Amino acid sequence: KSYQKIDDDLFDELEEILITADIGVQTTMDIIDAIKDKVKSEKIKDPLAIKELLKEQLFEILNELSDDEKLKIEPSPAIILVVGVNGVGKTTSIGKIAHRLKGEGKKVLLAAGDTFRAAAIDQLQVWGKRAGVEVIHHQEGSDPAAVIYDAIQAARARNAEVLICDTAGRLHNKKNLMMELEKIFRVVEREYSNATREVLLVLDATTGQNAIQQAKIFNEAADITGLILTKLDGTAKGGVVIGISRELKVPVKFIGVGEQKEDLQEFDSKAFVNALFGQE
Amino acid sequence: MVFEGLAEKLQSTLQKLKGKGKVSEKDVTEAMREVKMALLEADVNFKVVKDFINKVKERAVGAEVLESLTPGQQIIKIVNEELTALMGTTQSKINFSSKPPTILMLVGLQGAGKTTMGGKLANMFKKQGKRPLLVACDIYRPAAIKQLQIVGGQVDVPVFTLGDKENPVKIANEGIKHALDHGNDFVIIDTAGRLHIDDDLMGELQNIKSNVKPHEILLVVDAMTGQDAVNVAEHFNEKLGIDGVILTKLDGDTRGGAALSVRAVTGKPIKFVGLGEKLNENSIEVFHPDRMASRILGM
Ligand SMILES: Nc1nc2c(ncn2[C@@H]2O[C@H](COP(=O)(O)OP(=O)(O)OP(=O)(O)O)[C@@H](O)[C@H]2O)c(=O)[nH]1
Ligand SMILES: Nc1nc2c(ncn2[C@@H]2O[C@H](COP(=O)(O)OP(=O)(O)OP(=O)(O)O)[C@@H](O)[C@H]2O)c(=O)[nH]1
Ligand SMILES: [K+]
Ligand SMILES: [Mg+2]
Ligand SMILES: [Mg+2]
Repeated sequence: KSYQKIDDDLFDELEEILITADIGVQTTMDIIDAIKDKVKSEKIKDPLAIKELLKEQLFEILNELSDDEKLKIEPSPAIILVVGVNGVGKTTSIGKIAHRLKGEGKKVLLAAGDTFRAAAIDQLQVWGKRAGVEVIHHQEGSDPAAVIYDAIQAARARNAEVLICDTAGRLHNKKNLMMELEKIFRVVEREYSNATREVLLVLDATTGQNAIQQAKIFNEAADITGLILTKLDGTAKGGVVIGISRELKVPVKFIGVGEQKEDLQEFDSKAFVNALFGQE
Repeated sequence: MVFEGLAEKLQSTLQKLKGKGKVSEKDVTEAMREVKMALLEADVNFKVVKDFINKVKERAVGAEVLESLTPGQQIIKIVNEELTALMGTTQSKINFSSKPPTILMLVGLQGAGKTTMGGKLANMFKKQGKRPLLVACDIYRPAAIKQLQIVGGQVDVPVFTLGDKENPVKIANEGIKHALDHGNDFVIIDTAGRLHIDDDLMGELQNIKSNVKPHEILLVVDAMTGQDAVNVAEHFNEKLGIDGVILTKLDGDTRGGAALSVRAVTGKPIKFVGLGEKLNENSIEVFHPDRMASRILGM
């Protein structure tokens, strides 16, 4: 639709775009209020200018963080811990990152820190093969912190530049599972304090407002350094990361766009915002 | 938070107005704004919310509400009633075939919880005296077959597989034959996760459907799903004609507005909910529309 003038219908349309992109009611209202203010203070009359204003606004929220967007793995050794709720794409993203780093000539090692889910270890091993990197693992049911401990020793022994650790999916509202995560972090702190550390929270773009709660609580347990937004090859827009970026000041580092090893991209806030509006 | 104490907020808003005299249509509109925000915050789809609010408003501006002593409570009652009605009024069960085996097929997006739910259903129906068979039709996800085998082992239910080199349609066909030969009266087909817009893989499901003619095609939906739930449900329903929905991961703290969205756009009943990663009876429940309505509203 093209609008002749700036009126409530236009703002209703913007509201619909933002909310159906999962940006959330509160963030949407805040953004629209800010735009209304601008329209008033800058005496904007052209309805076409509004969408651009809106994009700028979203871009600003995301871009504030863009300096940190690149994966930090220097100086080596580096350790990347990957966490998140069930089924969001942690193990797959690890496979893709391993493939990417391997392609850049890095020596990479994987740790099978999900000892709970059925065949989680086998799944990571398939990814290890695809990426051509070794996987350190124990038996199903063993202590994940012990796996990470061993993987750190192995990373040292083999001079691995990057160790990427898988963890079991866990819902943030399960205290015991979050404590298990803290135990893993204590091992890293104690055994690998010299390593450059990334803690990546994986979020499924299909997820709605619950992702905010996920980000908050995982951040309390683990000092998240970046987000991976997966499954953007579907029709979900993943707009909830806008609210999360605003609140937690954590950058999106990668997006997942498929199930193959190449389907990982660095986050591009411009492309992301355009996609929110259905533009390529 | 928009959501905290919606019930209280509604009551106090309307009660305050009531103190000043009569509650007007405009006051109801204001109250409905709170409900709208709450539903959106709970991830109910934008369009579904719009339709819902209009419906409730129509009933709420009726004289018996506005002139009652407790308009706040009346309106909350209407919201709850309408929401429960939208969620479906009965607890739906599985339709068992008079000619065994009953065939159930689980479909849905990647990571929704299909394989886990397959294990839970197998366990539940085994306890009810059935002889289930799990059929491994996910040939794509790394170690998907192994996962289903472990899941089957945990609940002591056999798993049929032809490895990951055969076509899922053939696997499904052979699986049914195997069930007939071995006296399995309940077959659960685990399929690979796929995007609703992936025509090739949706075509694969259509092929399985036309070959084995499942009695139940159940769409497995993650309860944390946001606005996109309607697209997913619409596509799967259009392409496959689903018989029902299973909502997973309700052991989280999501409001689960996706339940309402999916139900509204497909009209298909939500049959079961998943409540954990384990496969035992505590991790699966029959769906209760009224409980879900209260959960979505945070009341
Ligand atoms: N379409 C699409 N599917 C993805 C993407 N990333 C992962 N998946 C799929 O999502 C499903 C779950 O992925 P996993 O990597 O197993 O997720 P996880 O977070 O490790 O899961 P748990 O360990 O069970 O908590 C699999 O079927 C993956 O192939 C993506 O970017 N796009
Ligand atoms: N907390 C919780 N986790 C669940 C529930 N159902 C499944 N999961 C977890 O969600 C993740 C994905 O479950 P799967 O059963 O592998 O999902 P799927 O739909 O088969 O995934 P794909 O085959 O990759 O499409 C796993 O970590 C499961 O343990 C549930 O009700 N609650
Ligand atoms: K999911
Ligand atoms: Mg995993
Ligand atoms: Mg599966």
